[in-house]
Amino acid sequence: MGFLTYLINGLSLGSVYAIIALGYTMVYGIAKMLNFAHGDVIMIGAYLVFMCTSNAGMPAIVSIVIAMGCCTILGMIIEKIAYAPLRKATNLAVLITAIGVSYFLQNMALLIFGSNPVSFTSVIPWEGLSFAGGQLKITGNALITIVVCLVIMVVLMWFVKNTKPGQAMRAVSEDRDAAVLMGINVNATISLTFAIGSGLAAIAGALLCSSYPSLTPYTGSMPGIKAFTAAVFGGIGSIPGALIGGLLLGIIEILAKAYISSQLADAIVFAVLIIVLLVKPTGILGKQIKEKV
Amino acid sequence: MKKINKLALFANKSNQRLFTTILVILVLYVLMTILDGTGNLSSLMKGLLVPVCAYSLVAVGLNLCVGYLGELSLGHAGFMCVGAFSSAFFSKAFVGIIPDVPRFILSLLIGTALAALFGFLIAIPVLRLSGDYLAIVTLAFGEIIKNVINVLYVGVDSQGLHFSMKDMMSLGMEPGGKIIINGAQGVTGTPRQSTFTISVVLLLLAIVITYNFVNSRTGRAVKAIRDNQIAAETVGLPITKYKLIAFTLSAAIAGVGGVLYAHNISSLTATTNTFGYNMSIMILVYVVLGGIGSFSGSIIAATILTLLPEMLRGLSNYRMLIYSVVLIMLMLFNWAPGILKWREAHGIKNFKSILKSKNTKEVQ
Repeated sequence: MGFLTYLINGLSLGSVYAIIALGYTMVYGIAKMLNFAHGDVIMIGAYLVFMCTSNAGMPAIVSIVIAMGCCTILGMIIEKIAYAPLRKATNLAVLITAIGVSYFLQNMALLIFGSNPVSFTSVIPWEGLSFAGGQLKITGNALITIVVCLVIMVVLMWFVKNTKPGQAMRAVSEDRDAAVLMGINVNATISLTFAIGSGLAAIAGALLCSSYPSLTPYTGSMPGIKAFTAAVFGGIGSIPGALIGGLLLGIIEILAKAYISSQLADAIVFAVLIIVLLVKPTGILGKQIKEKV
Repeated sequence: MKKINKLALFANKSNQRLFTTILVILVLYVLMTILDGTGNLSSLMKGLLVPVCAYSLVAVGLNLCVGYLGELSLGHAGFMCVGAFSSAFFSKAFVGIIPDVPRFILSLLIGTALAALFGFLIAIPVLRLSGDYLAIVTLAFGEIIKNVINVLYVGVDSQGLHFSMKDMMSLGMEPGGKIIINGAQGVTGTPRQSTFTISVVLLLLAIVITYNFVNSRTGRAVKAIRDNQIAAETVGLPITKYKLIAFTLSAAIAGVGGVLYAHNISSLTATTNTFGYNMSIMILVYVVLGGIGSFSGSIIAATILTLLPEMLRGLSNYRMLIYSVVLIMLMLFNWAPGILKWREAHGIKNFKSILKSKNTKEVQ
């Protein structure tokens, strides 16, 4: 029973990682850049939800929608100001700019909200299910998180496969120059990608802080790094890869915490990542691109 | 022998650059020493002299990896960490047993050697990957090193060394024993032996070594591999060997930075900000802002960016905000194609051409 509980907790944490990893993997697939500031957008989203629910007394759903709207706009503004001018510059320059944006968001939050952790009230007011006479408990947080993650995945995969903007995204990620020749507005497509990724970040922030309620300006950075790891783990650029990578990472982390050592859990997660990448250098679902002379 | 070298040294352009760099560092060193001697240096600035040198060293090491090997490493704080903890461990264990000066030299050698060893061991699997995958694996290694050190307990008593990964109790020490590495509390009470003079000497040494390395036969081979691996392979260069050499040297220099850092603070802990990915990223910022492939640029950027938050201290909470805005603006100003065109049209000189040496290529 203990094992099952850990497994479900792992799936729940993994679902959060998967939603965050989506933001990384889509932006990487389309703009070919590592958006290091993504983790901090999560933190901003969580703070917005916190302000709406705890300070303004709004219902959870409304506050999440507001946070999603704000984060979407924030993501697009960041893209326009900081990343779009560097579209043709080297990847490393964009990476450092993204780091600058990450510092900016963290310190902005530090100024506005202060460094003391605030206690986040869960957006899911449901006790959850109880099986086998209370031996196996599935919290509402865990269950809803997993369901939300799966719904997002299905909707997003449908969106990318079947809609015009989704097809444009795939085209840009495959060959940007050819996409331009086909009349696709690359700038708008990249903007849309940032908008979707940042909107999802707000949901991820709310779900993450529902399970781990201590919220500080630095809350987003470690889950951000881990979700990025998850994206690479599953094969960066692939949406199902983000799901698999995120879930595996969450399960490994929780099981390592439970059975081996809570302090070494992160080290174990990263060690598994290294082993996977050495066996399959482009991640679990990544495509192998042949090198041509 | 020495004379011939000196004459030959001025013959080519890259050596002139080397001498300019050394000269500037020496002038700054003398200036700082005079300011310190006459009491014009605030204690804040004085406290920053050694860290600036330590960060510069790590940045030079990382620049060797990013600029000349052409691989992005996000784990150099890990090598710094290895150098720092191994040397602090040695210094603390042998305090009072070996006299100060030879002990510091030995700990420096041990820290450097262990960082190089870790660099070598990590490079064997890591260099099979490339690009962003290599970056994420180095990040993972850096985090593992930090995490393991955080749960490591080492003590010494009359029976020898005791290791544990659990807690202080499970070391099973005798009452008179001395705990050296205390888990998350790290190492406290390392003798503070990193003086400004030693730091500058080590920095100069590292610059001379790296300049000579990149202009040596091996260095040229490394650059050839960076520019076109397939072509280099075709002419018969042993790719793995040269990559390993460059990565190991890069890790060793980062280790020296770690040794300096460890012997400058009284309490050495491995947190995200001191040795985690935050520090690795910080060092990468120095390298990119200073100019990829330019060692002097790395040192300039490390110095300015270390001093900047301290100089902005009067602005209290706003200082890191201003720092981040400055960072974003600098990156846009230096790299955005649109702004570069505008600068050309208005005759604003390209900073990059000052800081960046010509024979380098950016990492893609």
